[in-house]
Amino acid sequence: MREIGDVILDLRSVSLAFGGVKALTDISFDVREHEIRAIIGPNGAGKSSMLNVINGVYRPQEGEVILRGEHFRRMDPYRVARAGIARTFQSLALFKGMSVIDNIMTGRNLKMKANLFQQAVWWGPAQREELAHRAKVEEIIDFLEIQHIRKTPVGRLPYGLQKRVDLGRALAMEPQILLLDEPMAGMNVEEKQDMSRFILDVNDQFGTTIVLIEHDMGVVMDLSDRVVVLDYGRKIGDGSPDEVRTNPEVIKAYLGASH
Amino acid sequence: MVAMPAALEEGAMLDTFPRLLRHHANVRGDRPAMREKDLGIWQSWTWQQVADEVAAMACGLAELGFKRGDRLAIIGDNRPRLYWAMLAAQSLGGIPVPLYQDAVAQEMVFVLQDADIHIAIVEDQEQVDKLLEVREQCPALKHILYDEPRGLRHYTQTYLHGLDEVLAMGRIHNTNQPDFLGQEIAQGKTDDVSVILYTSGTTGKPKGVCQTHAAFIAAARGSMLFDHLTDAEDILSYLPMAWVGDHLFSLAQAVAAGFTVNCPESAETVMIDLREIGPSYYFAPPRVFENLLTQVMIRMEDAGRIKREMFHTFMKVAKRSGAEILDGHPVPAIDRLLYALGNLLIYGPLRNVLGMSRIRVAYTAGAAIGPDLFRFYRSIGINLKQLYGQTETCAYVCLQPDGQIKFDSVGKAAPQVEVKIADSGEILVRGPMVMKEYYKRPDATAEAIDAERFFHTGDAGFIDSDGHIKIIDRAKDVGKLAGGAMFAPNYIENKLKFFPYIKEAVCFGHDRDMVCAFINIDVGAVGNWAERRGLAYSGYTDLASKPEVVDLIRDCVGQVNAELATDAKMAETQIHRFLVLHKELDPDDDELTRTRKVRRGFIAEKYAVLIDALYSGKTHQFIETEVKFEDGRRGKVAADLSICEAKVEATGKAS
Repeated sequence: MREIGDVILDLRSVSLAFGGVKALTDISFDVREHEIRAIIGPNGAGKSSMLNVINGVYRPQEGEVILRGEHFRRMDPYRVARAGIARTFQSLALFKGMSVIDNIMTGRNLKMKANLFQQAVWWGPAQREELAHRAKVEEIIDFLEIQHIRKTPVGRLPYGLQKRVDLGRALAMEPQILLLDEPMAGMNVEEKQDMSRFILDVNDQFGTTIVLIEHDMGVVMDLSDRVVVLDYGRKIGDGSPDEVRTNPEVIKAYLGASH
Repeated sequence: MVAMPAALEEGAMLDTFPRLLRHHANVRGDRPAMREKDLGIWQSWTWQQVADEVAAMACGLAELGFKRGDRLAIIGDNRPRLYWAMLAAQSLGGIPVPLYQDAVAQEMVFVLQDADIHIAIVEDQEQVDKLLEVREQCPALKHILYDEPRGLRHYTQTYLHGLDEVLAMGRIHNTNQPDFLGQEIAQGKTDDVSVILYTSGTTGKPKGVCQTHAAFIAAARGSMLFDHLTDAEDILSYLPMAWVGDHLFSLAQAVAAGFTVNCPESAETVMIDLREIGPSYYFAPPRVFENLLTQVMIRMEDAGRIKREMFHTFMKVAKRSGAEILDGHPVPAIDRLLYALGNLLIYGPLRNVLGMSRIRVAYTAGAAIGPDLFRFYRSIGINLKQLYGQTETCAYVCLQPDGQIKFDSVGKAAPQVEVKIADSGEILVRGPMVMKEYYKRPDATAEAIDAERFFHTGDAGFIDSDGHIKIIDRAKDVGKLAGGAMFAPNYIENKLKFFPYIKEAVCFGHDRDMVCAFINIDVGAVGNWAERRGLAYSGYTDLASKPEVVDLIRDCVGQVNAELATDAKMAETQIHRFLVLHKELDPDDDELTRTRKVRRGFIAEKYAVLIDALYSGKTHQFIETEVKFEDGRRGKVAADLSICEAKVEATGKAS
């Protein structure tokens, strides 16, 4: 049984602007180990910007990110990946022409030690290494129940399955923190249920800390331990799903009261 | 070792499945008994390993209190450990009761109660959840054992056990009391019940069919000899374990012959696994063969022009001579040469794509298979055959012998089986594979098996001059024409439905002087046909009333009549008049059952005015019918139907 631990990721007074446009204004929240933390908000609230700050894609003008006690003025994607943070993308960024196995295998890249020459001649350590990685990839395929498509080129798969492959690639990194950018966008009810189950299973079985952005309020409330609500780049709510649901500011933002 | 099945050499003592298993562990201990694809790699178990696992499981079950005569429920997809559970139960003198894994929880209650189940072995969380849901209704259920622990970590019920625990417990038991299991197996008798298979129960409650070791071993050995099966066969086990056919192929025959059973990775991967395993012996219901053919045809249409032309050219050759070559009939030398070339270029690669390169024998049963479909597979060199049988007869009583394939018969009586036709036309069978009884149902047993041990199949049929058995219909549907000739509506309807243009047909004729029919066209096929001819139409009713379409159907009916005319017993029941219905028969309107079987009586009542028109010689009839739409709304469909005369062949008898 998972137990929510100490703060693993802490964002303090983060502000981000693109020229004159303020995307995020003075945002602070934390993520605890093993929890499922959701970031919600209407369109343009700054959710994806937030994820990109954690991920090191955007550089905030102010504030800092504290990852396991280490302070960062800015993150960079390479260091983030090394630190055990993986992510999926809202607009899928898979290799369409490659098979499901190969796509998930790319998630193992950071863990491969063999050099280019060894990989090219496919001998000794490179071969042993690839076999071990392949075994890990097969475990993920089994976990996500996509055995029937393991050799299918990703471009030929329906959207819901591509999303699952995207999750598979992120899992292949064996991340400690998993960032999910709208994992259920564009899915039907059944696909959403499947995806919810996988997210809960990942969290439960591997103890992975999950930060997810989602539009679908119902899904978020069911899945998450704690929720941050953003609106126009500001934090307007933070707490358990029940607290957030009854927060008058949140209700106002979601019901579309005039600004 | 590819000689005679070893089980046959030693004879008498190998008369129960647990003894056969021990025999294989001794004789072919290091040959593969079972494979399953796990994490992308095929894992094998030898006969010795299987025997060890079964022993551990049996001892584990004994520790849980399972004893001689107890029933063990088994629920899940085809997994090695679920097959072993059957053998484990049998080792202790118990009786495995496999249930359909896709049944909802409430449907399982009846069997769990009827068979008085104390212990159930299930595949995974899904099945555990179902049993937990109905546990209140089944107070006898003491233990639930599961194979796949995923998702079950947080279940705290004390009566839930992982199979791994039970196996570990069994191994300790086996070490402490090494003689225990041997004694249990020695106590087993060949006429003990080896399995209870519940019939699906389309009418009334399901009935538990009790089969003995002797019956299933006889059935397995009979068909092994008939098709020359050895311990070198490979089969893919993907059909429900609760179905009699799977029990025969994957358990009885595999354990009798000592061949290898392969379990697919998941239900979705069956077609991929089929290619990888390349079974030598294969079974599938007609719809599987039909789906495979459709996939091939669609992919051929997308292929380049040269490939497409080659495919069609050589398929013509195959159609002309393929089946004859397979049966060893004389064929002109030029066709033989062309066929050999086609085999190299088309048929061989095609068999490979289908995963059927190594198939020596393939069977189909369960529903009528279209002659074109059947011929297609035989013509590309796949020895596809039909069999006929019931749960009550260990899956088969008739088999088609190699080289004597008639497309419209189910073959000859199998070895050791006696088939006779009752005066009513019902097929009666007697043989070692006829069931012992229905579980706790002496009344139903007495009804099904007569004093001479003949089992009443409920099917009507006849035996032709070559000794081949033809099934025509369910006995209760067979009627008589006013002239006295036998009238088998289903038989004629099936012939009609083999045309792609005809989706459904209903024939009338009982107590009438001729046969008439309602026809439903297949909108997809006929629509496509119409498009190619530039015929515009607005919907089913419009399409069905086009004179061109009616002519198309008239042509189909004429061909069916020509076929019927060649058969002396059926010649009288040619279709004289027919009409194309203005709406599709639909389960929502109660015209079909949910499994899409025609509800004859209801249709006859609802459309009485049309039947009158057919028999009164009218050429037109107006009808208005209420229909239910899927969203629950009601509407009316009206049409003036034209009633057509069909081309009828002379029958020899003056009429």
